[in-house]
Amino acid sequence: MLETALLIGFGLVSVALLLSFLRLIKGPDLPDRILALDTLYINSIALLVLLGLYFQSALYFEAALLIAVMGFVGTIGLSKYLLRGDIME
Amino acid sequence: MKILKKIFPHPILTLVLWGVWLLLNNTVGAGHIVLGLILAIFIPWLTSGFWPEKVRIQSPLTLLKFLGVVLWDILVANMAVAKLILGRNKDLKPGFFYIDLDIETPLGISLLANTISLTPGTVSCDLTADRKRLLVHALHIEDIPATIKEIKTRYEAPLKKVFTAC
Amino acid sequence: MFEWILSALIIIGAFFTLVGSIGLYKLPDFFMRLHGPTKATTLGVGALLIASALYFSFKTDDISLHEVLITVFLFITAPVSAHLMAKAAIHIKTKQVDRTQNPMK
Repeated sequence: MLETALLIGFGLVSVALLLSFLRLIKGPDLPDRILALDTLYINSIALLVLLGLYFQSALYFEAALLIAVMGFVGTIGLSKYLLRGDIME
Repeated sequence: MKILKKIFPHPILTLVLWGVWLLLNNTVGAGHIVLGLILAIFIPWLTSGFWPEKVRIQSPLTLLKFLGVVLWDILVANMAVAKLILGRNKDLKPGFFYIDLDIETPLGISLLANTISLTPGTVSCDLTADRKRLLVHALHIEDIPATIKEIKTRYEAPLKKVFTAC
Repeated sequence: MFEWILSALIIIGAFFTLVGSIGLYKLPDFFMRLHGPTKATTLGVGALLIASALYFSFKTDDISLHEVLITVFLFITAPVSAHLMAKAAIHIKTKQVDRTQNPMK
């Protein structure tokens, strides 16, 4: 039961990753690409959590936490760059 | 009382840091409780220069009720947004509008902006330089004044009650 | 019974993650695309993380709550990054769909 649900979950999240990646390639403007990167890292957190459930290991948690923190900092840095033309203040 | 204030310049920050330390280590062992408490006392003390304003919560009960309302609204709003996204693009009527703010504390404004982004089909986009008006974008909007009124009574009024200036 | 709840949470979470990305892909302009990832994806990942916390709590008899940390972190940071991206997009005047109602014009 859980196995099937996990496999369906993997399928859905993989399609989500693919769609975000297509937007990253296509995205007409820079903000679109930043948004696509933001979605991409959140989707990868979902994939890591599913993998942790599948292999029954709590080790993937640390990786997910690191991706969450670094992804947020990256999004903020890129948006600040668009706003000011410079990252450091 | 004065000594207590000197040891705990930001009591809420101390509690949050302690909780986060215990959650990160995923234990409630005695060693981690003590180590977390030491860190939670020293970090606010060392960084107090970066936290110029004191946060004070006026009525904790209102805050809890507000959190419950927001969590419920997040669930409902997601159903609505999912329906809008999976529907036809042509039926959507997007729009920008301004909300005139009544709250003045920076923490209250940022919490209000976060709730607006998380709840109904709206995202907060910009705050004017004088902190008086918030620019909001809606995915699908039909009656702008009604939406503004709902945001004001449902989210802004309790936040204003909790975070008054002090 | 417990497995059914877990499976439901996993499928609901993955579905909302997908809805967020579909919104990102198909909606016509940047400000409308912003809505998918900030709401649907955040809730989807939140549901998956709660499923993970429940699973590890019941499997090992030890309460495992550190997944809650990522959930809370995502719920705090998603609106903040959405706000900054919207601000940047307004600043560089990203295109909007013509039918957008706009008080700034």
